[in-house]
Amino acid sequence: MTAYIVRRLLATIPVMVVVALFVFLLLHLTPGDPAAVIAGDDASPADIEAIRRKLGLDLAIWQQFVIYVGNLLRGDLGTSIFSNLPVLTLVKQRLEPSLVLAVSTLVLAIALAIPMGVLAAWKARSWIDRVVMGFSVLGFAVPVFLIGYLLIYVFAIELRWLPVQGYRPLAQGIEQTARSILLPAIALSMVYMALIARMTRASMLEVLSEDYIRTAHSKGVATIVVLLRHALKNAAVPIVTVIGIGLTLLISGVVITETVFNIPGLGRLTVDAILKRDYPIIQGLIILFAGAKVLVNLMIDISYVFFDPRIRY
Amino acid sequence: MLTRAKFPELWLATAVLAAVGSIGAPDAVAQPKEKVLRAAMHADVRTVDPFWTTQTIAAIHGLMVYDTLFSSDINLDPKPQMVESWTVSPDRKVYTFKLRDGLKFHDGTAVTSKDVVASMNRWGKRDGAGKQLMGYTKALTAKDAKTFEWALTEPYGLLIDILAKTGTSIPFVMREKEALVDAFSQIQEVVGSGPFMFKRDEWVPGSKTVYVKFKEYIPRKEPASGHAGGKVVKVDRVEFIWLSDPQTAQSALVAGEIDYLENPAIDFMPNLKKTPGIKLEVHPAMGTMGILQLNHLHPPFNNVKARQAMYYLINNADYLNTIAADESLQTLCFSYFGCGVSMETDAGSEPYKGAKNIARAEQLFKEAGYKGEPITILHATDHQYINPANLVMIQQLRKAGFLKLDVQAMDWGSVVSRRAKKETPAQGGWNIFITGTTVLTSSSPVTHTSIGMGCDKAWFGWPCDKKFEDLRKDWAFAPDIAARKKIAVELSKRAYDQVPYISFAQWRNPVAYRSDRLSGVQTMPSVPPMWNIETK
Repeated sequence: MTAYIVRRLLATIPVMVVVALFVFLLLHLTPGDPAAVIAGDDASPADIEAIRRKLGLDLAIWQQFVIYVGNLLRGDLGTSIFSNLPVLTLVKQRLEPSLVLAVSTLVLAIALAIPMGVLAAWKARSWIDRVVMGFSVLGFAVPVFLIGYLLIYVFAIELRWLPVQGYRPLAQGIEQTARSILLPAIALSMVYMALIARMTRASMLEVLSEDYIRTAHSKGVATIVVLLRHALKNAAVPIVTVIGIGLTLLISGVVITETVFNIPGLGRLTVDAILKRDYPIIQGLIILFAGAKVLVNLMIDISYVFFDPRIRY
Repeated sequence: MLTRAKFPELWLATAVLAAVGSIGAPDAVAQPKEKVLRAAMHADVRTVDPFWTTQTIAAIHGLMVYDTLFSSDINLDPKPQMVESWTVSPDRKVYTFKLRDGLKFHDGTAVTSKDVVASMNRWGKRDGAGKQLMGYTKALTAKDAKTFEWALTEPYGLLIDILAKTGTSIPFVMREKEALVDAFSQIQEVVGSGPFMFKRDEWVPGSKTVYVKFKEYIPRKEPASGHAGGKVVKVDRVEFIWLSDPQTAQSALVAGEIDYLENPAIDFMPNLKKTPGIKLEVHPAMGTMGILQLNHLHPPFNNVKARQAMYYLINNADYLNTIAADESLQTLCFSYFGCGVSMETDAGSEPYKGAKNIARAEQLFKEAGYKGEPITILHATDHQYINPANLVMIQQLRKAGFLKLDVQAMDWGSVVSRRAKKETPAQGGWNIFITGTTVLTSSSPVTHTSIGMGCDKAWFGWPCDKKFEDLRKDWAFAPDIAARKKIAVELSKRAYDQVPYISFAQWRNPVAYRSDRLSGVQTMPSVPPMWNIETK
């Protein structure tokens, strides 16, 4: 197992190199010029050129790439062109809101979607199944921003139960944080719930038709025990896989959710940086996102061992 | 480790934890003890050096932290601010200024003439009007700690007006230490002598910028008027909260989570108008003027007849109804210098004011030698008003029936980059892009960058007309406002004759604020003052 983990971790190195190269080229070959944004609308072409020189954007792309990789190897993600602050500082400022949002969304989605999927499979083709699957289709179809606006209108504007926007850090107390994160987490978890509920249902239906389930029933084991201990655990591997895949959805959904609910997280940092062509921030964030994705995949693979003892690495 | 026995219990526990709600908990916004003004501005304070970038938000940040020698009052007339008194030599070439007593930077050091001289030199390297002023400057000298002299090569009449300018690139006074930093590099420390101090430790770029009252600031005795008069700070703290989503911003104002919304989206105005406790206010010179920029380097718009033809195809009302449907926000304006300002004039616009004339436009395009070559339009699809304006323009040009369009959709950042290309459209250049300017910027032929026709030195599109540039210079040297107005008429006629760009509309952008929570709010175009505001 240890050898497997080490091998997988070593394999991330070429992945990250390819990601770094790809991101760098994509950004620098895409139209857009941070110098023009800095200079403003009234600036003369000469001013823009002077700013470009100061930022080192007049260098050849390969020279810029060598500087970028050199900095990366020293653990330096660079400095924001606009705020003049290190990218790492900006990431640290934004990490907590994004993590809290992602974890809350995951907890909410898993906690609700798995029981929904189990219930739908148990009562397959009944009205309960249709309601759960209907909800699932809705969760996929309705865009996260629309759900966000609806939640804001009902719970923040009309009922005044929760805030419209903003994030309260954990340092201000868990209750404040929970209140600020509840609506965004609900909005973001919808698509995720839909995904997990469907997968749970499909996986459970397959397991529930197995002989050992029939045996368990004939032995007189309680239905709840059959569902949770016998069926769900054996159906867990595909569910865990889809949770891992769903993390990609979570990253893209975070960008929109953070914008709608004004959560100062990594998603908004990414979008703002892209719109302003703040290259160091975009490059740094994509490297971090790619690294996180690789690590999550590794964790998911390792978790299979716990759910299915037949799996060995 | 998850065990066979624990697994179901674990997710049940997480379900319970997730379900532990806060429904019914008290209202989200806890009222702080100190007086806090929470304002959502049109952009995020991402850069703290107001000279390094000409973005308006940098000027707003600058006005919080730094002070100015002169300021514009509510009528946009220049008034002394840091300056106590000044004299002008009989030949109008030497100005001697004296700073008022008690001026201090936030670090406690006194503001001196050396700081002023270094600041003006740095600003003069970046701002358009500043560059022009420096072009006529013979010497800028600190005579003693409180006196400095500005000697000009010619009797340039706009010195005081330019020092009082608002909008972008305001001539702020920094410490000499920062003012000596290269104008194309960012300063590291933000230490001004203005009414608010910047809280760097609470600054989260892309989210929040915090300022606290500078208790040692000594305001002028005169009442506050625009950026002029006494800057009396009546709150302890101002928070600029960046709300990038317009829908969320208006919801936050309605729910009382913010007090002030600088740039509410026009679509939400009706909703805000009917919300109790919210007030919308607008300054006469507060607004945007649409610019349909033509490239004078390449066919067909290198020929003046093709440029003039565009006026026969463009219907201003269509743009206004699309961008600002609320009629109270619309101004059908035919003044290149904006409407509602002192230089307003529609001289020369007479042929274009009537109904649109497609036949006349087609005839002019033919005379310009147009033979159906594609006209490349850079269409920014991600901009609040530029996108709909492009859609209207494309519709109007297609409706004409004789123009072949090559519409290239892209984000605004790409337009900003692409518009600098002088190559032909086939080689990555362009023929048309749409942008806008503030009415304030356009109100002076000197600060109105996009109207300049200085050929290679002109703005993107590179219009070229010596007569127009001579008139601009005459305007700058005119001795008084009456003489300037007279020259503005000539400038307008020449602009309509040469068509540097097509001005397609003017619309107002009010600010919205919680009138049940704030008093003393003053509106100013582009750069709203945050002093004098009191929280209830």
